[in-house]
Amino acid sequence: MIPFHDDNNIEVLIGTQPDLIKPLMPFDDQCCDFLADLSSILNVLPESKTYPEIMAFAFWCRKANITKIKSIYTDLDSRIGLGIVFHIAPSNVPINFAYSLVFGLLSGNANVVRVPFRLFPQVDVICSAINKVLANKKYQDIRNMISVIRYEYNDTITEDLSSNCDARVIWGGDDTIRKIRSFPIPVRGTDISFADRYSFCVIDSESIADLDQIKLIQLAEGFYNDTYLMDQNACSSPHLVVWAGHHKTETKKKFWDAVNDIVTKKYDLEAINSVDKYTLLCQNAIALEEISSLDRYKNYLYRQTIKELPANIDTFRGKCGYFFEYDANDINEISHIVNKKYQTLTYYGVDKQLLVDFVLKNRLLGIDRIVPIGKALDIGLIWDGIDVIRSLSRVVDVH
Amino acid sequence: MMDSIVSILNRSPYSISSQEKDAIYEDIFFNLTNHHYSNCPQYRRILDTLGYDTKKTHTIDDIPPIPVRLFKEYELVSVDRSKVVKTMMSSGTSGQKVSKIFLDSETASRQTKALAKITSEFIGKKRLPMLVIDTKEVVKDRNLFSARGAGILGFSLHGFDVTYALDKEMNLDIEAIEAFSTKHKDKDILIFGFTYMIWELFYKELVKLNKKLGLDKGILIHGGGWKKLAAEEVDNSTFKKNLQNVCGIQRVHNYYGMVEQTGSIFMECEAGYLHSSAYSDVKMRRHGDFSVCDIGEVGLIELISIIPSSYPGHIILSEDTGEIVGIDDCQCGRTGSYFKIHGRIKKAEIRGCSDTFS
Repeated sequence: MIPFHDDNNIEVLIGTQPDLIKPLMPFDDQCCDFLADLSSILNVLPESKTYPEIMAFAFWCRKANITKIKSIYTDLDSRIGLGIVFHIAPSNVPINFAYSLVFGLLSGNANVVRVPFRLFPQVDVICSAINKVLANKKYQDIRNMISVIRYEYNDTITEDLSSNCDARVIWGGDDTIRKIRSFPIPVRGTDISFADRYSFCVIDSESIADLDQIKLIQLAEGFYNDTYLMDQNACSSPHLVVWAGHHKTETKKKFWDAVNDIVTKKYDLEAINSVDKYTLLCQNAIALEEISSLDRYKNYLYRQTIKELPANIDTFRGKCGYFFEYDANDINEISHIVNKKYQTLTYYGVDKQLLVDFVLKNRLLGIDRIVPIGKALDIGLIWDGIDVIRSLSRVVDVH
Repeated sequence: MMDSIVSILNRSPYSISSQEKDAIYEDIFFNLTNHHYSNCPQYRRILDTLGYDTKKTHTIDDIPPIPVRLFKEYELVSVDRSKVVKTMMSSGTSGQKVSKIFLDSETASRQTKALAKITSEFIGKKRLPMLVIDTKEVVKDRNLFSARGAGILGFSLHGFDVTYALDKEMNLDIEAIEAFSTKHKDKDILIFGFTYMIWELFYKELVKLNKKLGLDKGILIHGGGWKKLAAEEVDNSTFKKNLQNVCGIQRVHNYYGMVEQTGSIFMECEAGYLHSSAYSDVKMRRHGDFSVCDIGEVGLIELISIIPSSYPGHIILSEDTGEIVGIDDCQCGRTGSYFKIHGRIKKAEIRGCSDTFS
């Protein structure tokens, strides 16, 4: 292929084209130190205050967190990275490329990361911080393992990069993934796709009834962060809230009133959000026969109760604070809705083992993640049911 | 209901005080809403979901508007399909979904009547020689009944010697235009077209050709929206000034309207404000809760029309913002609310990971 620097269609933000590929072991010390330094630099940048997602990323790759994550793995002694990983970040989430890069690095690989073509200041802030850290001589090995590039949609470039990687990580909508998959990777290559997913939430109403004001606000803030922070567009943001337990009517109101208080204070509802939401409401009124009632907190929060859960409920997505609700006697009664699209199940007041059993005992094809309310957007090295470190490294089998 | 609609349609468009109009409207819209509720299943489901009680009386402010995009997603009809005589489509660019509006003969004839009565107020009752800034091709194919064609045909009822300024390929037919302007020199003439096309294919071409036309007695009526011109930073006064320089036109009336409410258009008066007529009204709504704005407060524009009975388009929530400037007291002397448009609501930056590869 044409080297990056000679291709006018490619803008190189970090690094050079990897040539001599020398993988590392997962969680190599140099790599962990690099992330710790990056975290410190990002933490003190004035721009980080403007972009909370940069702050969150810096917090995630701080030394303590990486050490904690590393300690979970016990079988890394005979593992090593696959080689080069080609990452295609989603076009509308500025920060995602950084996590994808870290996934590749921590598993011991050299990385070519395509960031969105649309210019995001967050991307430039992170890239310049990475460049700053890489200037330190002790990161010479790491420097050869990172290239971040930007190019406008271009089949030839994508095809070239695909044919030269050992693994490809694709983030995006179903059409994007299908399109990129049409470019072959080498026969021994690995494809990991993070596609469009659906997520929902289970809350035990009795635990809400018992909550004091402080805990209630904490819970409502957690729910707000899971949903409104990304206008409910993130794959792990819930669209459906399933209520378990008794005394549902009053406790539901208690919960939503608290959420609404936070939304009114924090959420910047734009005119287009209201129009989109209202239009969606009218469309659902026509298309979803199971609707039984609607509660509107002005245009800030729509709750639509459905009396029966249709099997295709995952095709009805909320946006900007639009939720479907269902009253369940037993969680097992909703197993019929779960399909491969289901990613995250957030919960409150429900025993998590019960939820694990719900997935395993009902032999479900979906639900890869079960996390408390407030943690929906926390990205991890196990994502969409894939153990990224182990998928992007190989085992040297020794006897 | 139909009696009160017919009787208000017989009245002149700018003479009813808002007090009288409100009283008549309350009755008409209660009944129109119930009519659509009973005859359009999708409309009924929306109102049921929103908890609207058709038995109680409501002010117009309480009747849920239908978001304009819904006409692109669903075929909404409030009469038996056999009664539909015409289907109108909005002009969307290729790949875009278009609105489909189903007309029975009653709705269609009310559209014609409302448009005629409103237009007469601005150009007089006499037919005028008419220059259309478009190509004849748009109206040739009656099967393809576009909003553009409908506009031209509607206004053509006020014209004679209808001449098209653009040829098949959308190039300026300068010979036809000059022949027309010589023939009708010193006469009032009606010029009609769509805002963007007038600017792009008429005005700019005349400038390019370095041609000046003597259309001093022309009355230009144009509509279709400012979205593209706003991108070029051309506003209404720039538009007027430049057209006057190039072709001498002094009387220019923009109008606001949409294919979902053809006929009851909002015409710009001499003072530069858009006016609701006896057949229509606008309300501005706050996007936070859809409550009605005060005079002078910017909100989402809700359009109200007495005309649609074959489809539930009597109260529509647009995606434009605007402000009511006043009611019944415009310096032009016409009654009704008068308003300004601020433009299309901004597309939000999409956050999330359901993306397109771009």
